[in-house]
Amino acid sequence: MLGFLKNPVVVTAEINMNLLALTVLALISRLRGLSYPRAVVFDEVYYGQFVSLYMKRIFFVDDSGPPFGHMLLALGGRLLCSFQIDVLLLSPILEYSLNVPVWSLRLLPALAGALCVPLAYQILVEMHFSHCAALGAALLILLENSLITQSRFMLLESILIFFILLAVLCFLKFHNSQSYSAFSSSWWFWLLLTGVACACAVGVKYMGLFTYMLLLVIAGLHFWHMIGDHNLSNVSLMCHFLARGLALIIIPVTMYLSFFYVHLALLYRSGPHDQIMTSAFQASLEGGLARITQGQPLEVAYGSQITLRNVLGKPMQCWLHSHKNTYPIRYDNGRGSSHQQQVTCYPFKDVNNWWIVKDPGMQQLVVSNPPRPVRHGHIVQLVHGITTRYLNTHDVAAPLSPHAQEVSCYIDYNISMPAQNLWRVEIVNRESDTDVWKTILSEVRFVHVNTSAVLKLSGASLPEWGYRQLEVVGEKLSKGFHQSMVWNVEEHRYGKSQEQKEREVELHSPTQMDISKNLSFMAKFAELQWKILTLKNEDTEHKYSSSAVDWITMDTNIAYWLHPTSGAQIHLIGNVLTWASANVAALIYVCLSLWYLVRRRRRIYDVPEDAWQLWVSAGRICVGGWAVNYLPFFLMEKTLFLYHYLPALTFQILLIPVVLQHLSDHLCRSLLSKSMFSAFLVAWFSSVYLVYCTFSPVTYGDPSLSVAELKDLRWKDSWNILIRKQ
Amino acid sequence: MGSYYINRTFFFDVHPPLGKMLIGLAGYLSGYDGTFPFQKPGDRYEHHNYVGMRGFCAFLGSCLVPFAYLTVLELSKSLPAALLTAFILIFDTGCITLSQYILLDPILMFFLMGAVLGMVKCNTCADRPFSISWWFWLSLTGVNLAGAMGVKFVGLFVVLLVGLNTICDLWDLLGNLSLSLVMFGKHLLARVLCLIVLPLALYTAMFAVHFAVLNKSGPGDGFFSSAFQSQLIGNNLHNVSVPEHLAYGSVVTMKNLRMAGGYLHSHWHLYPEGVGARQQQVTAYLHKDLNNLWIIKKHDSNTADLLDPSSPVEFVQHGDIIRLEHKETSRNLHSHQHEAPLTRKHFQVTGYGINGTGDTNDFWRIEVMGRKTGKLIKVLRSRIRLTHMATGCILGSSGKTLPKWGWEQVEVTCTPYLKETPNSLWNVEDHINPKLPNISLDVLKPSFVEILLESHMVMIRGNSGLKPKDNEVTSKPWHWPINYQGLRFSGVNETDYRVYLLGNPVIWWLNLVTIGLYLLMAISTTVALKRGVQLTPELKELSQVLLHGGGQIMLGWLLHYLPFFMMSRVLYFHHYFPAMLFSSMLTGITWDTLLKFCARFLSSSTTAGNVYGGGILVLVLLIMYSFYLFHPLSYGMIGPMASDPNSPMAGLRWMESWEF
Repeated sequence: MLGFLKNPVVVTAEINMNLLALTVLALISRLRGLSYPRAVVFDEVYYGQFVSLYMKRIFFVDDSGPPFGHMLLALGGRLLCSFQIDVLLLSPILEYSLNVPVWSLRLLPALAGALCVPLAYQILVEMHFSHCAALGAALLILLENSLITQSRFMLLESILIFFILLAVLCFLKFHNSQSYSAFSSSWWFWLLLTGVACACAVGVKYMGLFTYMLLLVIAGLHFWHMIGDHNLSNVSLMCHFLARGLALIIIPVTMYLSFFYVHLALLYRSGPHDQIMTSAFQASLEGGLARITQGQPLEVAYGSQITLRNVLGKPMQCWLHSHKNTYPIRYDNGRGSSHQQQVTCYPFKDVNNWWIVKDPGMQQLVVSNPPRPVRHGHIVQLVHGITTRYLNTHDVAAPLSPHAQEVSCYIDYNISMPAQNLWRVEIVNRESDTDVWKTILSEVRFVHVNTSAVLKLSGASLPEWGYRQLEVVGEKLSKGFHQSMVWNVEEHRYGKSQEQKEREVELHSPTQMDISKNLSFMAKFAELQWKILTLKNEDTEHKYSSSAVDWITMDTNIAYWLHPTSGAQIHLIGNVLTWASANVAALIYVCLSLWYLVRRRRRIYDVPEDAWQLWVSAGRICVGGWAVNYLPFFLMEKTLFLYHYLPALTFQILLIPVVLQHLSDHLCRSLLSKSMFSAFLVAWFSSVYLVYCTFSPVTYGDPSLSVAELKDLRWKDSWNILIRKQ
Repeated sequence: MGSYYINRTFFFDVHPPLGKMLIGLAGYLSGYDGTFPFQKPGDRYEHHNYVGMRGFCAFLGSCLVPFAYLTVLELSKSLPAALLTAFILIFDTGCITLSQYILLDPILMFFLMGAVLGMVKCNTCADRPFSISWWFWLSLTGVNLAGAMGVKFVGLFVVLLVGLNTICDLWDLLGNLSLSLVMFGKHLLARVLCLIVLPLALYTAMFAVHFAVLNKSGPGDGFFSSAFQSQLIGNNLHNVSVPEHLAYGSVVTMKNLRMAGGYLHSHWHLYPEGVGARQQQVTAYLHKDLNNLWIIKKHDSNTADLLDPSSPVEFVQHGDIIRLEHKETSRNLHSHQHEAPLTRKHFQVTGYGINGTGDTNDFWRIEVMGRKTGKLIKVLRSRIRLTHMATGCILGSSGKTLPKWGWEQVEVTCTPYLKETPNSLWNVEDHINPKLPNISLDVLKPSFVEILLESHMVMIRGNSGLKPKDNEVTSKPWHWPINYQGLRFSGVNETDYRVYLLGNPVIWWLNLVTIGLYLLMAISTTVALKRGVQLTPELKELSQVLLHGGGQIMLGWLLHYLPFFMMSRVLYFHHYFPAMLFSSMLTGITWDTLLKFCARFLSSSTTAGNVYGGGILVLVLLIMYSFYLFHPLSYGMIGPMASDPNSPMAGLRWMESWEF
C-alpha cells in the first residue's frame, strides 16, 4: 500500500520539481514589475488601439496578420476588468491614463512568454535528450533578454512562440506514442492538439505558417516511411492518412475560418478602415455607409441619380467627379487639351459626385413609372448632376497619361469636335447577359461606344489646376481586366425633378427608402482575407527597421521606451553570448551532419545508429525550424524588425544543448576531455548569466543607468542606445 | 542592340552581352551597317539589311526541335514520344513567333536546350566514364551553360538544374563502394572542370570581348564609375586633362564610389510635405546632367569673391572646412537632424539658402582617406569624405531609390555611423577652373575583375529597377501556362499587319493537363513501388522512364517557372517559353507512357498496338489541325479583328482576353 503510493510520487515529483522551478523562475522573470513603464511602448500603440476597437465593436483591418492574436489580447483585457478606455494614442511617448489596466493587458503575453520555458524543457525531453540538456535549453530561453523584453509588453510575438513550441511539443508526443499506441486516446489527444496549436499559431501571425508547414512536411516524411512498412495493411494506412488529414489540415482550416467568423461577428460597427473595403462590405456594417445606403433602390434605372466609386480603392477610395473648371488649354509641357470640363476622381463625398443615367433616345432625366432598369450591354449617357454636361471622351491625350484618352464633360465650342458621349454598360460580375445593373453589388465597366476606350482611374494626381484630384482617363488598349477600370454605384436614388433648380436641391438632399443587403460570411471572409494579404502600407523605412542579414549577428536593436526624464530605457537586445553560441551550434550541426553523411555513404559509421537517428530528428526540428522561420524573410519586401527573428532564434537556442550533448557523448572520448568539457560548460553558462545580468537594466528599464554605463553597454557600434544630452 | 557592337559604342543593358554580341556578329556578316536606330516598335526597316539577323535567330529557334527530339528520345527510348514532342514544338505558334524576330529568347532557348541535351546524353554515357563521347557531352553542357548565362540571367535556372543533376550523380557515385576514392576524386574533378571552370572561363572571356569591342563612349556611360568611363574613347574622362588639384571656386561633379553610385545632384524640386524639412531635394543621379555641378567655396567667403579673376588661386586642403553650392539653383549643400526620407536612421540632406548664403549647417569638412592634414586634394584619384560639422555625420548615398516625388533618383543621406564604406566616399570627377592649367592624367586603369564586378552590379540594379507602375496592367505568372493573354508584337488596328505572340491554345492546354496527369501518375507509381507491388520488367522500365526521365524534365519546368512568382520586376508572357519547352517534353513522355500502359492493360496484342499507335496519331493530328487554325497569329494577319465574321480568325477568340 505504502510502496504503491511512494513510487509514483517520487518519480513524478522529480520531474515536476525541475519543471516547477523553471516555471516559477520564468514567471518571476517575465511578470516582475509588469506594469512598470506606464507608457505606451513601441507597437503597443497599434495593439492597444485594436483592443479598444474590439471593446467598442468597431470594425478594423490590420494588414499585419489574422485577428486571433488581437482577439486574445482583447479577451485578456476583458476578462480581468472592463477596459473601456479609448487608447487613441499616436506617439509612443504617451503615458497610459491611470484607469487603463496595463497589468492585465500585458499579462497574457507575459504568461505565454513564461510558459515557453517549461515547453522548451519538455521538447528536449521528448526528443529523447537527457534532462540535463533539457534543463540547459530551458535556462537559455529563461535568460534570453530579447524574449523577456518582447513578452513583457502587449505584443504578439511571445504568444506566437508559445503556440509554435506547443505545436512542436504536441507533435513530438504524438510521434512518440505512434510506435506503441496508435489510435489510443492519448495519441488522438496529441494529434488533435498539434492541429489546434498550429491553427492558433497561424491565427496569431502569418509567421506561424512556416512552422505549420515544417510540421506538415515532417509528418509527411514519416507517413512516407509508413507506406514502405509492409506490416501495415492498406486499410490501416488509409486510417492513419485520414486521421492526419483531419487533424493537421481540416481542423486548422476550420479554426482559421472560425477566427474570422468571430472577428466579423464581434465587429459589426463601421470604423476607421471602412474605406479600404468595397461598398458592399461597408454597407454590411452598422453605421457609416450603411446609414446612407439603407433604403436605396436596388436596380439602377434610366433617370437614376448615382455616385460611382472606383472599385480599386488605390491610391485611395474615390468617386467619379466633375466640376465647372476646364482643362487648361496648354499643359506645362506644351501639349494641348480640349479645354473642356474636367472629369476627375475625388476622394471625398461631394455633391459634384452625382451623375444621372440617361437614355440616349429620350430627353427626360427622371425615372419613368414603372422604372426601366439598365441591363448589361445597354448604352447610356451619363449626365453630371450639377452642371448637366455629358460624360465624354475623345481622341485627345489625357493630361498625365498621354497614351490614353482624355475624359471630359462635353462643352460645345462649335469647333468641329462632336460630342462622343455614348457609353456601353458592361457588368463584370454578371451571372447572365441580361443582368440588371444593381446598386453596390454590380461592378461595372463603361466602354466608350465610338472609340471602345474604357473609363479608368489612372492613379496619378493632377497638378494645381485640377486641385490635386485623381486623373480619370479613357484607356484605349484595354489590356485585360484591372480593377481600376471597374466602378460601382454607391449612393443611388430615383430622380424625380424635371427642372434643373429642383434637381440641385434634390441632389443635396439625403437619399432614403428601404431595402437591406447582406453579404454571406464566406464573401466577407474572402474579401477581408484578400485585403489583409494585399494591403500595403507605404513602406518607407522605420527608424528601427533592419534587414534580415543584421539579425543573425544582432547588428541592430530596437529602442522600445525611454524614461521621460531619467536615463532608464528599454531595448530589444538579445543575450549576445546566447546568440553567438546559437550560431556556432548551428554551424557545428551542419558541418558535422555533412561529414557524417558523406562518411555513411562510404559505409563508415562514426556514431551508433540510434544516436544518429536522434541527431537527425532533433536537427529536423531545430535547424529546420530555424531555417523556415528565418530564410523566407530574405524574399520579403515588407518592413522588417528584429523581433521577426525571435521565433527562429528560439529554435536555434534549442539546438545548443542538442549539439553540446552530442559532442560530450560522442566526441569527448577520454575522461580528461570529458571533464574539460564540463568545466567549459560551467564557465560558459556562468558567462551567459553574467551577460544576462549586464543587459537586464535595458531589458526591464530599471534601474536607470548613467551615461557612462550606457556607453559601456554599447557593445556594437551599430546599436542605438539612447543617450540623453545633458 | 547589335548596332552598338558594329558601331563599337558603349551601352548599358540589363542582360549580359552574349546574345547581343551574336546578333551583332550575324548582322555584321550579313552586311548590316549598324545605322538603323531601332527606336520604337513599328518603325520600318526601309533599305537596311536585317534579314541576316532575323535568319540567325530563326535558325537557332528551329534548332530547338531537334534538340527536344533528341532529349526525349534519350530519356524515354521511345520514338513516338520524341516525335510527339517535336510536333508540339514545330506547330506551336508561340515558339514560331518568338523565333522569327531579332530577340534574345531564341538564343537563350537554344543554349538552354543544348545544355539539357548535353546533360541527358552525358547521363546515358555514365556507364563508360572518361570515354571520348562522355567528355564531349560533358564539356558541351558546360559550353551551353556559359551561353545560357551569357544571354540572359534566366540561364541561371538551367545552371541550377544541371547542378542538381550533377550533385545527385556524384552522390550515387559516392555510394558506389566498388569505386575507389581516387576514382571518385577524378569524377569530381572532371565535373568541376567541365561544369564550373569551363563555363566561368567562357563567361569571363565573353565579357572581355564585350569590353574590348565596345571602346567608344555611348549612352550607357553614366551608370559606371569614373575609372570605368576613362576607358572609353570619346568620354570626357578618356585621356582627361583637368586641373590636378582641387581649388576653391572650381566647378566640380562628385561621384559616389559605391558600385553604380550616382553623381551628387540637386534640382529645384522640394522634398514633399511630411518628409523632413520642406527644402530642396539632394539626390544621387546616374546620368550626366548640368544639375550635377557644384561650386566649392570657403566657409567664410562668397561665390563672387572666388569668381573674381584677379584673386589668386587657393587650393583646397585636406581637413579644410568648405561649403558646396549647387551651380544651377545657388543653394548650399545642407544637412540637419531630420530623418532622411527612406533610411530613417540617417539625417536628411537638402539644398538650403538663397544665392549661396545659408547657415552654419552648410559647413562640411573635406577629408581625403588615408592622408594627413595640409595636403592638397587630387581630382579623380583622391577618395573624399565629407563630414558635416554641426552633427558629425558623413555624406553618403544609401543606394535606395526615391519614390515618384524624387524622380526615382537615388537617396542621399548623412549617416551618423562612422563606418568606412564606399557609400560614404566620393571622388571629384569633372573639375572646371579656368584659372588653373590642365594636365593630362592617365591614372585610372581599373583591372578587368573590377570592371566585371561593376558591370554585374549595374545589371542587377537595372534589373531590380524594372518595377511595374501603379495601376498598370501587367502579366502575372499564373496567366502563362493557361495561355491567358498574349503579347502584341506589331499592329493594333484592322488595317495593320498584325503579329500576336500567343501559344497554340490546344498545345498549351494539353501541356497544362499533362502536368496534372504526370503528377497523378508519378505519385501513384511511387506509392505502388513503395508498397512493394511486383511489376513486370516492362512496367518497371516504364515507371523508370516516368520517374527518372519525367522527373528531370518536371524539375526543369519547376525551376524555370516558380521563381517568377517571387520576382517583383516587370514580367512578360515570353518569360514562360523556357518552361514551356520543358512542359512540351513532359507531354511527349507522359502521353507515350500512358498509352503504352493502357495498351499493356488491354493485353491482346493487336488492339494494344492499335490503341497505342492510334492515340499518338490522334494527338499529332489534333496538334496539326490546331496549327492550321491558329497559324495566322504568327505569320501575320491583315483584315478585320476576330470579332468580325469575315476575319480569318473568326470564332477562334476562345478567351476574351486574347487581343486579335
